[in-house]
Amino acid sequence: MSGRKVRRGFRLGLSYLVLVILSICAVYPALWVVLGSFRPGKSLYSKTLIPETFTLEHYRELFTSKSYMFGQWYLNTLKIATFSMIIGVFLTLLTSYAVSRFRFRGRKTALSTVLILGMFPGFMSMIAIYLLLKEWHLLDTHLALIIVYAAGAPLGGTFIAKGFLDTIPRTLDEAAKIDGASNWVIFTRIILPLSRPMITYMALTQFVGPWVDYIFARLVLRTKENWTLAVGLYDMVASNQNTNFTAFAAGAVLIAVPITILFIFLQRLLVDGLTSGASKG
Amino acid sequence: MKRHRSKATILSIISMGLGQIYNRQFIKGIMFLLVEAWAVFYFSGNLGRALWGIVTLGDAPRMLVKGKWIDGDHSIFILVQSLITLLFFALFIIVYVMNIRDAYKTACRREEGKTPNTFGQSVRYVLDYKFAQSFLTLPVIGVLFFTIMPIMFMIMLAFTNYSAPNHIPPAKLVDWVGFQTFRDLLTLKTWSHTFFGVLTWTIIWAVLSTVTTYLGGLLVALLINQQGIKFKGLWRTILVIPYAIPQLISLLVMRNMFNGQFGPINQYLGYFGLGGLPWLTDPFWAKVTVIVVNMWVGIPVSMILIMGILTTIPKDMYEAAEIDGASGYQKFKIITLPMVLFSTAPTLIMQFAGNINNFNAIYLLTNGNPVVGDYQYAGATDLLVTWLYKLTLDQNKYNMASAVGIIIFLIVASFSIYNYRRTKSFKEEDMIQ
Repeated sequence: MSGRKVRRGFRLGLSYLVLVILSICAVYPALWVVLGSFRPGKSLYSKTLIPETFTLEHYRELFTSKSYMFGQWYLNTLKIATFSMIIGVFLTLLTSYAVSRFRFRGRKTALSTVLILGMFPGFMSMIAIYLLLKEWHLLDTHLALIIVYAAGAPLGGTFIAKGFLDTIPRTLDEAAKIDGASNWVIFTRIILPLSRPMITYMALTQFVGPWVDYIFARLVLRTKENWTLAVGLYDMVASNQNTNFTAFAAGAVLIAVPITILFIFLQRLLVDGLTSGASKG
Repeated sequence: MKRHRSKATILSIISMGLGQIYNRQFIKGIMFLLVEAWAVFYFSGNLGRALWGIVTLGDAPRMLVKGKWIDGDHSIFILVQSLITLLFFALFIIVYVMNIRDAYKTACRREEGKTPNTFGQSVRYVLDYKFAQSFLTLPVIGVLFFTIMPIMFMIMLAFTNYSAPNHIPPAKLVDWVGFQTFRDLLTLKTWSHTFFGVLTWTIIWAVLSTVTTYLGGLLVALLINQQGIKFKGLWRTILVIPYAIPQLISLLVMRNMFNGQFGPINQYLGYFGLGGLPWLTDPFWAKVTVIVVNMWVGIPVSMILIMGILTTIPKDMYEAAEIDGASGYQKFKIITLPMVLFSTAPTLIMQFAGNINNFNAIYLLTNGNPVVGDYQYAGATDLLVTWLYKLTLDQNKYNMASAVGIIIFLIVASFSIYNYRRTKSFKEEDMIQ
């Protein structure tokens, strides 16, 4: 019996050790960049992880220096992300409600099409969208980004949202219908309130997408005043790698913090969203 | 009595809306007429040019007139404009057919002695019985112009010679070349060497990155879920942090951490008396780096997923196994693993497909570098997608890029469709409720 106890203790000890090592690995990069952003000087190299003196200089530099327009970029990104989130979620809900609740001709085809379209590498369409926006004189505008992000939203979200809506019992709709509710009333009064977790999940992913998208924003936005955070940050890394690491670190922290906080607060919902999308089988 | 039917149909074939007006549905008829008027106005100017454009891709090259260059046709603009016009035309045809059918059906109802719907009734009818279709119109139009049109455009590009340096408008014209691009890509020595090299690495990457993150996630989930481990929630929250940090940030940070000269990783190796490694600059080590970093990014997702499934496994299964005298390992092998594998199989395949297209992990970390000398514009860690990106934006080899894109699509699509077709939710979705 004591042999088993020793083995069990050994196993638990080993597990804790592994967990501690994994936790250090998980946290270290974040810690490193946060501490780096408070370090005086510009260099990537530092003798110790924790700087000897702390400074807020780099954060100030981001907002005051002529070469970074962080405040402006922040506002741009916030605007684009918010609007594309609202429109994108609305469109996704429309699509998923229609395919979840109604049986119409061509429905299966539509579902398969959505699935197949989602598989094209996104930027395969880049050149064409670029030309299309040029044709409609929308280049270098935020409206263009909002339209494109929102129009792309149903492709990514429909399946997860449909999976969720499928689980809302259809007897609810039928009961409402018997009471004389129209489809629109059913949608706004019954389906929407019940799918709040789903909507939160979708809103979050829709918000984060534009917040961190580099590829497309880079293509559309030409002038520095119009840039989003992601474009600005990548530019900082690419154009002066190693020469001003600490400013990059401060920028990285500023971009990551809102998203990370949102994620941690909504962890439960995210987990549900992930698993509900997964357990289709 | 049959006359209503044929008259209404013929009238609505002649012009949209006439059939409806004949059926005394005036508001609807006038709306259709307005659409028709707009269409005649729009297409009379554009349709002919669109057809000409899509066939010829322009035929007037840039010319030198009295010492000045006069711009000729810009083939690519012409192609896009033609495509847009043709899409509008297709939409118009659909509306036209709907108009004829509507006139025909209403006329049939009149022959049966019923009065045609008033405008209000029509609206109600659509909202009650055609709700899904009318709901879907808006998203469909968005998808049509921002997804389908671009994809059609790119597919078409693969069959042209649109590439630097010889066929870049406005200086030069672009022409259709059929399957020449694919032939070059697969048989021309310089291109095929790069293509198969990159393809091999893409597949190795997709397999390794999927397997490592999945097994890693499984391991961590089991570790935390063990009996006797305390603070389960705390461990989970700590280990989920990499997932909460936006990929863009974490990958750019990693790029700095693995910096061969100044990065902290080599610095620590130095403390232990080990030489630094060329993490991002040596072809082999760069591949190791991307796999390792991808584990850091990907394990939390698998962990969350698997932990969720672990909680759904009924406890009595384990109890029954214990009564039968199963050891911990046997319980894992016979109950846990099959249950987890069974419920995550579809996700696993989707992750595999997603990794083939994992642009961020590669591009933000290594840029696809280090460069390989005898590759065509590709580096050692380039996946097909990042190669495609470079071909498009840096090299302007648009036709090659499109051909590569089509091949990627074929690979990814075959996996996903296979996966989707066999999930139950597709086959039996109506049985749930």
